[in-house]
Amino acid sequence: MSVLVDKNTRLIVQGITGKEGTFHAKGAAEYGTQVVGGVTPGKGGTIHEGWPVFNTVAEAVDATGANATVIFVPPPFAADAILEAEDAGLPLIVCITEGIPTIDMVKVWSKIKHSASRLIGPNCPGVISPGKAKIGIMPARIHLEGSIGIVSKSGTLTYEAVHQLTQRGIGQSTAIGIGGDPIIGTTHIDALRLLNDDPDTEAIIMIGEIGGAAEEAAAAFVKEFVRKPVVGFIAGQTAPPGRRMGHAGAIISGGQGTAAEKMKAMADAGIHVVVSPADIGAKLAEVIGR
Amino acid sequence: MPVPWGEVANTLPEAADAARNLLANGATGVVVKAQIHAGGRGKGGGVKVVRDLAAAENAAKAILGMQLVTHQTGPTGQKVQRLLVEETAAIDRELYLGIVLDRATGKLVFMASQAGGMEIEEVAAKDPAAIIKEEIDPAIGLAGYQGRKLAFALGLKPSMVNQGVTFFQALYKAFIETDASLLEINPFITTKDDKLFALDAKMTFDDNALFRHPDIKALRDVAEEDPLEVEASKYALNYIKLDGSIACMVNGAGLAMATMDIIQYAGGSPANFLDVGGGATQEQIEHAFEILLSDKNVKAIFINIFGGILRVDRLATGVVAAARNLNVTVPIVLRLEGTNVEEGRQILKDSGLNFQVGATMKEAADLVVAAAKVGE
Repeated sequence: MSVLVDKNTRLIVQGITGKEGTFHAKGAAEYGTQVVGGVTPGKGGTIHEGWPVFNTVAEAVDATGANATVIFVPPPFAADAILEAEDAGLPLIVCITEGIPTIDMVKVWSKIKHSASRLIGPNCPGVISPGKAKIGIMPARIHLEGSIGIVSKSGTLTYEAVHQLTQRGIGQSTAIGIGGDPIIGTTHIDALRLLNDDPDTEAIIMIGEIGGAAEEAAAAFVKEFVRKPVVGFIAGQTAPPGRRMGHAGAIISGGQGTAAEKMKAMADAGIHVVVSPADIGAKLAEVIGR
Repeated sequence: MPVPWGEVANTLPEAADAARNLLANGATGVVVKAQIHAGGRGKGGGVKVVRDLAAAENAAKAILGMQLVTHQTGPTGQKVQRLLVEETAAIDRELYLGIVLDRATGKLVFMASQAGGMEIEEVAAKDPAAIIKEEIDPAIGLAGYQGRKLAFALGLKPSMVNQGVTFFQALYKAFIETDASLLEINPFITTKDDKLFALDAKMTFDDNALFRHPDIKALRDVAEEDPLEVEASKYALNYIKLDGSIACMVNGAGLAMATMDIIQYAGGSPANFLDVGGGATQEQIEHAFEILLSDKNVKAIFINIFGGILRVDRLATGVVAAARNLNVTVPIVLRLEGTNVEEGRQILKDSGLNFQVGATMKEAADLVVAAAKVGE
């Protein structure tokens, strides 16, 4: 098994006629994901790379029976694209777009948090259940089907963890990139809950970074509810305070959100915290005895 | 929003004129304030209250051009290039107002405190109960009842409560309409004749929303930023200068931070944070090299790329071209993974240039730390 995406996922791509939308729609389909169509306002009724294009998400859902969407819409319009997907009742919305204004996301979040739709991202690499389906921009070939769940704010650091596992012959159940923005639809806790409840996920890797207090909250959740082994890493141990490290969310402000605090909270919760990012795979192998 | 009367001055004569005008129009004193993009200016000697023109001129002379160091500027401080000269207010009480995003709830929060004029971080650490908070529903905005709650909690006189609510709602409107990420009025004052004023303001803006605020974008003062960071921003490179000796070029913010961490773990120190992003072009890579190399502390370069969208062969071609064109002499250590990695490694090998390649992140980190030590 796996979480969020599998063989039954029927995916539409919002922004399918754009360069990135096209490229990653093809990538998803090549991996075996059922890509059933796309949405580009004004291009409805056309066929793009073999896929039907619709003017609205609601039309696309009606016509294709889609149950998931991935958003490759430019930042000024991406918040609206999320709202449209929610309105169409899609259970899973993955937003890849980087650079959405925070106030737009405040509005989106006030709607999504009471909704049955699950939002992943924005500003994230997406979700993959190796061997089954992928929704996002991650390089498919580094993955291996297996039983380790991964949750991370960072895209390339997720790839790093996956790669270290695959090199050791250890496969992954689902890797979830939750995104590095201040407001994200699925938090570390949400992802941990999904992976903890998944009978085929044997152990979890949790990757966080400086800024905010989400990792501390996730550590408290792990301590109380998670009985599977968790290996953790926090990026930004050497980052200076007051500087935004790439991700809008990655900033140490007012002494809050430091790596040291987060690593301590995680270790106190029984998470196997590694100091070096090169040790993630080795630690996981050690913890599960492989 | 009510603010004291005042003028911006870029020169000493302008400052003197401003003070003369204010005093001639009934001000009982003037405040000379350094205008830099940092807080804590009073403590650093950047704010002076004076009673007459001669004293105002002396204060302006002392502050304009000074290197002002505060807890927010870093140890080198910032050069004061302009002043604000404004009338003094008959302060009764100094209070604090602020609006920030609470990430845990995904909502904006209006904060108020009776401990005005102090560092709010200190108040939050010592006595969190002294900060009153109201969460804002984005569909409603700051409601009247919320404004009244804040006003009463601040201890405003009943006759001033409505004035307060209007003030708070205006502040929220300013936050939303400018796409701010932080807004602070500190101090927010009451006067002896029962008026409310914003005596000082600090706003930061959401970089992601600047596309819809060209007026705010135009306020950017590159003179207050690191020149290398300004240069990097021209090429959409996300670069932050640090003070170590190992330059890093990485794709992805998380991996870039982790690369800084592993350098330190291997016994070195990172010279910068640099995220070249997922779609770096050869031109961007060349510019990135130029920027890394213009930092004179750099003794070695660590390129750590996990190519997903960014193809490794394309990156390798860019690195080889840049190293040739710029005649790079410092050692370069690469760690490459991802799409087309074999082709990428071959391109480096065929170039005949002196690249070292680490098989893993750890091996590459050890190599680059050793290389930097040789250069020292």
